[in-house]
Amino acid sequence: MNAMTIKHHLPDELLMAYSAGELSEAVNLIVATHISLCDDCRAALGSYDAVGGAVLDTCESAPMSGDSLASVLKLIHTRDDDAPEQEIRVPETDGILPAPLRDYVKGGLDSVRWRSAGMGVKHAILPTSKDATARLLYIPAGTAIPDHSHNGLELTLVLQGAFQDEDGYFGRGDVEVASEDLHHTPVADISEDCICLAVTDAPLRFKGLMPRIAQPFIGI
Amino acid sequence: MISNTVLLPECDPAAVANGLKIRDSCREVSDGKIVLNDGTLNITTPWVDDLLAVRDTRDEAAFIRVFQHFGPRVKAFLMRTGMDAALAEECAQEVLVTVWNKAHLYDATRASPSTWIFTIARNKKIDVLRKQRRPEPEDLPWGPEAEPDQADLIGLQQESEQLGRALRDLPEKQRELIEQAYFGDLSHSEIAERTGLPLGTIKSRIRLALERLRHQMK
Repeated sequence: MNAMTIKHHLPDELLMAYSAGELSEAVNLIVATHISLCDDCRAALGSYDAVGGAVLDTCESAPMSGDSLASVLKLIHTRDDDAPEQEIRVPETDGILPAPLRDYVKGGLDSVRWRSAGMGVKHAILPTSKDATARLLYIPAGTAIPDHSHNGLELTLVLQGAFQDEDGYFGRGDVEVASEDLHHTPVADISEDCICLAVTDAPLRFKGLMPRIAQPFIGI
Repeated sequence: MISNTVLLPECDPAAVANGLKIRDSCREVSDGKIVLNDGTLNITTPWVDDLLAVRDTRDEAAFIRVFQHFGPRVKAFLMRTGMDAALAEECAQEVLVTVWNKAHLYDATRASPSTWIFTIARNKKIDVLRKQRRPEPEDLPWGPEAEPDQADLIGLQQESEQLGRALRDLPEKQRELIEQAYFGDLSHSEIAERTGLPLGTIKSRIRLALERLRHQMK
């Protein structure tokens, strides 16, 4: 899709942990969304899954209990009578939100329930488990997000428009991985309003006083 | 290690038998494809035929072979991820039932049987241990179903076997790190605590092990 233009990819550690099933739901969501847009990372994930298969194949085994086969056969006999399971139908694409996100907002961009975060910035927290937070951010063209750092990891995936910060230029499909020590001031590109998926595994810390006071209220 | 697991022999008899069958009746051509002596491409990699028979003809005997090979492995995998034996048994049964029910989704050109069954077991683990669903990437728009390409299919199965060998050939410490990353029985920081290695070292060792695997695959 955008494979040719994506320059900032997911780090191997995250792809491997996604393959192993070791990430929290919000981080899984951003990984799945990036892979939906990025053929390189999709291919890399394929090879991590293959390593998982090789691990399954080469390590120990634990004997199944004696009646195991009988109960499995009984289950497949009862379920085989049913009609084949309906494949899950993903809502129509709107060209901005890939399928995993449409699944979480229950539709396209129109279905996002934005809340104002001041300065024209809007956000919407997505329903994932609490150990990490996924939110959609809407940043008007040319607007800066206040300087902040993080207690943990922050991943930001661009879905529309672009932003620039100390780390470089990020367009659709690019993902920025900001670690604890990065203080950054992302500025949305002037050409278009910027929509991002941002995932944090701990609350952000703003450096300026006002945003810090506002933080508990706006929830960014 | 878990007390009631048994170590499998290097190769199981079915795999050895199938391997011999390949070597006796075929030659490997320069680009790595296997060609039978009568000139046709053939699929003799273990479990692919069985899984395809389950998929295409609902072959129960083939399913039982898949069950007997993968059931104990899936159970051991789930126990290493932190389930007790009873829960792992129950979940392994459910994983194998899923193999039967979702066999129509199996594509031998995209995943080896081990890889496909690993992903089902992994999803079961997330479902049961984390009580979460796992967001999956959007399917690629493949267009109309193309005839599976035999060369792709064999290429993928050969790579899978090569990967298995490469994993077995890794120095033990490196192999353990990879396994622990997949079983999730230890986080990177717990591995660090237990081995006394700093976190950065663990990450670079996992990276090194993966580099080695990649190198072996070239």
